[in-house]
Amino acid sequence: MIEINDLAVCLGEFRLRGITLSIEEGAFFALMGPTGSGKTVLLEAIAGLVPIQGGSIHLKQRDITRLPPEKRGIGIMYQDYALFPHLTVAGNITFGLRYGARDGHKAEKHFSTMVDALGIDHVLQRYPETLSGGELQRAALARALIVEPRVVLLDEPLSALDPNFREDIRAMLGEIHHSLGVTFVIVTHDFAEALSLASRAAVMHDGTIRQVGTIQDIFRKPTSSFVADFVGMKNIFAATFEQNAARLDQFALQVMGRPVNGGGHIAIRPEDITLSLSAGTALDGNCVPGVVTGIVDQGIFYEVRVSAGDQLFCTVVTKSAAFDLSLAVGMSVHLSFPPQAVHVF
Amino acid sequence: MGGKGAFYWVSVSCGVVVLAFILLPLYEMLTAPSPAMLAEAMRDKNVVGSIWLSIYSSVAAACIAFVVGTPLAYVLARSSFRGQQLVESIIDLPIVIPHPVVGIAILSVAGKNHWFGQLMSDVGVRIMGSTTGIITVMVFVGLPFYINAARTGFQSVSPRLEKVARSLGASMWSTFVRITFPLAWRSMLAGFIMCCARAISEFGAIVVVAYHPMTAPVLIYERFEGYGLQYSQPVAVWLVVVCLTLFLVLRTIALPARKKNP
Repeated sequence: MIEINDLAVCLGEFRLRGITLSIEEGAFFALMGPTGSGKTVLLEAIAGLVPIQGGSIHLKQRDITRLPPEKRGIGIMYQDYALFPHLTVAGNITFGLRYGARDGHKAEKHFSTMVDALGIDHVLQRYPETLSGGELQRAALARALIVEPRVVLLDEPLSALDPNFREDIRAMLGEIHHSLGVTFVIVTHDFAEALSLASRAAVMHDGTIRQVGTIQDIFRKPTSSFVADFVGMKNIFAATFEQNAARLDQFALQVMGRPVNGGGHIAIRPEDITLSLSAGTALDGNCVPGVVTGIVDQGIFYEVRVSAGDQLFCTVVTKSAAFDLSLAVGMSVHLSFPPQAVHVF
Repeated sequence: MGGKGAFYWVSVSCGVVVLAFILLPLYEMLTAPSPAMLAEAMRDKNVVGSIWLSIYSSVAAACIAFVVGTPLAYVLARSSFRGQQLVESIIDLPIVIPHPVVGIAILSVAGKNHWFGQLMSDVGVRIMGSTTGIITVMVFVGLPFYINAARTGFQSVSPRLEKVARSLGASMWSTFVRITFPLAWRSMLAGFIMCCARAISEFGAIVVVAYHPMTAPVLIYERFEGYGLQYSQPVAVWLVVVCLTLFLVLRTIALPARKKNP
């Protein structure tokens, strides 16, 4: 269990302020946020690698705020893997084994199991600069895991990899976490990555934590327009609320309730909006007429922008559906979505 | 205009002028003394003694710079603190101060009228006219070269490598020995060589602090003053040859390792 309380870090111009977070033992926790929001600095603060100005960090009820990094038992793996260039892969992996009391025989066995499991036995005698991205990453992971840390911090472990590799490595990370039962904290700005690996997450922005919760809650129930935008909600509008309706400038939408703490926004995920040519007959649900103002090719689907009243909606359409509808800019369409799809905050 | 423009030819001719400017005087000096004169100079005890003094005192100076300069270079490379620029400018001062001024400045601290000089003389250390004084001057003029080179070397080692080493259980000291030093030693060696080279070539400050015992540059100057160009040249040739050989040996120790990594 990691408990961070009101942590403050000041690094030149950059500040982390009022970071309060608790990460359960053995959890897979994701730290998300745009570039420059302070995710890596927070990881380094947990590992003891940056000076802390205020607050405290506890690991398993023990105060580690002032403990030097080598005494914390917290492993870190950077985005660029930071393998020692003057050592072979084997030298890198065994670097930490001489510290702390370890049974030599057990360590040796651990080493070969680890190397086998990660499939890097063929590169052990090579230097890092000759390795591929995937090999570098496995070597860095082995180096961090072999010293049996209590917590493993992963700083965007997948972002430097070829997209084709990512899924394999993602699955591998999940398996390793499952089999070791160690707490993993992963920094990512890829939502798919967080969704597939982590159970809980925090969203950071500008050196502060904006929302903490289960991945599903952050994805489905963002508490601020920043988080809503960050998790890809896209259709975020200011609204006033009356009984089960949210009033936008020129139309009202059926919703499931009011914002809990007096907010004034609604958000709808693009994939929850159905685009059709006619108004449809469903009585229960929202149907908004609009005009297509833009179609953006996103590879496997189209992102369609529809202006309705003063609002600009964003929805997604499969390529075959777009073809069937002969979708084009300037066409009149209808957007329909159930009240459950409208998130209020 | 043909394939190569005026800019190209200006660059080439300036390059030729610069190289000729450096090499021609050196060539003339090296080829002026006859082999017989060179052999005679080598048999002269004063010549051998002064070259030997120059070499070992400059190596001693570089060793001192290595010991006291390395921690400072590391701190300057890794941290940023208020007044850092001031500290860096102070370190560069010996490069810009005229050489005789350096000698006078050192004497004013080491002289008997200063408490420090008094203290030194009480513990039996003599700066004026001694090898200790020569080494002191050499450390003074050579330090900036070592510290700047070592600092650049440390800066080129990613702090992340050190951070990972710490997270794997290595103490600060162990991290320096196992990660930072192996990655920065070439820059440190280059700084060591530069410091040596600067120390061995010092004349202005040494002649003020210690005319005797004579280092090679002082001896060359004395022969030039007393007997003229012809008598100073053989000593100069020997000094240059010995220095170049030493530096070439050091460089070849450093260079093959650079290609070792596959």
